Amino acid sequence: MTQADFVKLVMPFKDKVFRLAKRLLVSREEAEDATQEILLKLWRNKQKISDYKNVEAFSMTMTKNFCLDRLKSKQAQNLKIVHSNYQDKGHSSLQKQVEARDSVDWVSSIIETLPEQQQIIVQLRDIEQYDFSEISKMLDMNETAIRVALSRARKTIREQLTKTHSYGIK
Amino acid sequence: MVLNSIEKLLEKYDNAETTLQEEAQLRAYFASDDVAPHLESYKPLFVYFANTQQEAFTKDVPLNTKKKSNFYQWISVAAAAVIMLGIMMPQMLSGPTYSDKEIEMYNKTKNALAFMSSNFNEGASSLNVLEMASDNFNAGMYKANFVKEFGKTTNKFLK
Repeated sequence: MTQADFVKLVMPFKDKVFRLAKRLLVSREEAEDATQEILLKLWRNKQKISDYKNVEAFSMTMTKNFCLDRLKSKQAQNLKIVHSNYQDKGHSSLQKQVEARDSVDWVSSIIETLPEQQQIIVQLRDIEQYDFSEISKMLDMNETAIRVALSRARKTIREQLTKTHSYGIK
Repeated sequence: MVLNSIEKLLEKYDNAETTLQEEAQLRAYFASDDVAPHLESYKPLFVYFANTQQEAFTKDVPLNTKKKSNFYQWISVAAAAVIMLGIMMPQMLSGPTYSDKEIEMYNKTKNALAFMSSNFNEGASSLNVLEMASDNFNAGMYKANFVKEFGKTTNKFLK
């Protein structure tokens, strides 16, 4: 497999890998590093790539595992502290425009409070729009369990969002 | 009427029962400007999903470097193998292969050297005789000292 072939193969889903990594690792730099690491891993194993039934699903699983490992490692714990330093900036704005933009940011911070597995499922379903069957392959879960987790996640997000919307507080 | 179906879809959506098409329909509805006021709270959610989907990975991935460094790694392995062969080859080649003629020549040389060494030992024993002579000479010198002492005392008398 040449470099051009590889780039062609990886092109359609490299952004999805990046977004999933960013969902879990929060920081953009960390997510970029993770994506780079995963693409390099694929490139190193390029001989075996034709054996995989679904390279995209395989990469997403790899991303999930890699990011969860990163979160467990000590390095990433430091990162979390850094992130929370700037997490609650700019929510006190009065202007409506800014408020509208903020409420979009709220969605992001609400999703951040969800358990990791629900975050992954919301990411794969609502943002990347994967089929339930594909998600079940990626996460090695059955579809019912995914539906239950997704429903819980959506209800939590909706509740938080309605609260925010009606009281204007976070 | 449209609103009704959207509300139904939202309920299904919360129970995670919507299909991808229905979710696309919801996204399209909330992307438009005329969202019913009581559904306004959903808007940021779908706007957020749409925005996030645009985010792209822009960093370059250095695919080539890995290949090069691999090549250099293997060169060092090859060099190590060549050096080891270089050390081992001469030993392996000259080690156990002696012909009969060579062995005969070796024995002859050994005998000749042994003969030479026995003659040398004889020479060394005749050197021992010389050493004895030198010992006797030293003894004579010692005695000559007495004569010298005697000479000194006679000189004192002569004065």
